[in-house]
Amino acid sequence: MNVVVNGEAREVSARTVRELLEELGLGDRLVAVERNQEIVPRAAHGETALTEGDALEVVHFVGGGRGQGGSR
Amino acid sequence: MSDTQPEIQPPDDELTLGDHRFHSRLVTGTGKYTSPEIAAAALAASGCEMVTVAVRRVDLSARGAGSLFAMLSEGGYTILPNTAGCYDAESAVRTARLAREMLSTDLVKVEVIGDEKTLYPDVPGTLEACATLVKEGFTVLPYITDDPVTCRRLEDLGCAAVMPLAAPIGSGLGVCNPYSIELIVQQSSVPVIVDAGVGTASDATAAMELGVDGLLMNTAIAGAPDPVRMARAMRAATEAGRDAYLAGRIPKKLYATASSPLEGVLGAGS
Repeated sequence: MNVVVNGEAREVSARTVRELLEELGLGDRLVAVERNQEIVPRAAHGETALTEGDALEVVHFVGGGRGQGGSR
Repeated sequence: MSDTQPEIQPPDDELTLGDHRFHSRLVTGTGKYTSPEIAAAALAASGCEMVTVAVRRVDLSARGAGSLFAMLSEGGYTILPNTAGCYDAESAVRTARLAREMLSTDLVKVEVIGDEKTLYPDVPGTLEACATLVKEGFTVLPYITDDPVTCRRLEDLGCAAVMPLAAPIGSGLGVCNPYSIELIVQQSSVPVIVDAGVGTASDATAAMELGVDGLLMNTAIAGAPDPVRMARAMRAATEAGRDAYLAGRIPKKLYATASSPLEGVLGAGS
């Protein structure tokens, strides 16, 4: 299946959000996921199916005070 | 001092932000440190209880271990997610929601930047993001310009504090406009935290002496050649400024006033 993760097109075998995180090696990491701009709550990762063309954002916490231009 | 004398101690002095209480009035950022070990040592030396972290896309090509977050968790710090790097209300709101999803925290430091060179806040964008996040139940702490009217608007929206800048982020210029900061302190019934611009310990003390409730800093500590020692200096400076403010300074006078009694001076009245 082809999806876009963090702005990058990828072919994945995962069928759910949980499987995607495992495939990306993030299964045990503290991350939050947006699927097509909607947050997928952690409790719903296992049951949220991916569909062709989904846009996913996977974010985590990084060191930062303020002002660092991350998104631009 | 004799043991029989009653000990005179100032009352306990806490900083309250929403439902969160802190003894330390220093909040620190976690960026720009050269290593996680130095960051950990500096945070410990600063005595801070709350630290702010940014939310970013996971870099899927690099395998980081997420050591920063593990270190902060082990340190028992209250995590204050921030929306650093956002240039509009929508992305700030989105970032805050993602942070809440990760941590189940209601705390968020709202930052909507309006200018890349000065990193001054976008005031309409900040107001819009704060209005939305307050409605969604967040404890909202906005980074904002040192403008009393804007600070009042933010308080009216239901923000848990206002966080005016002392000077541009990372500039280290200290409190550029003490008059504005003092006006904001006078009018606010929520805590006022100076966010950005402190360069060294005396800046921190000067800001606290104006009556602000706390300080948020990152570069002044992380960017110092010896971050751990500067963190310790900032801790002492913040406490000194707070105590001096609460104690109350003496009035300034043009001429000297003797502090020793004038009676009984040798050779007087002979």
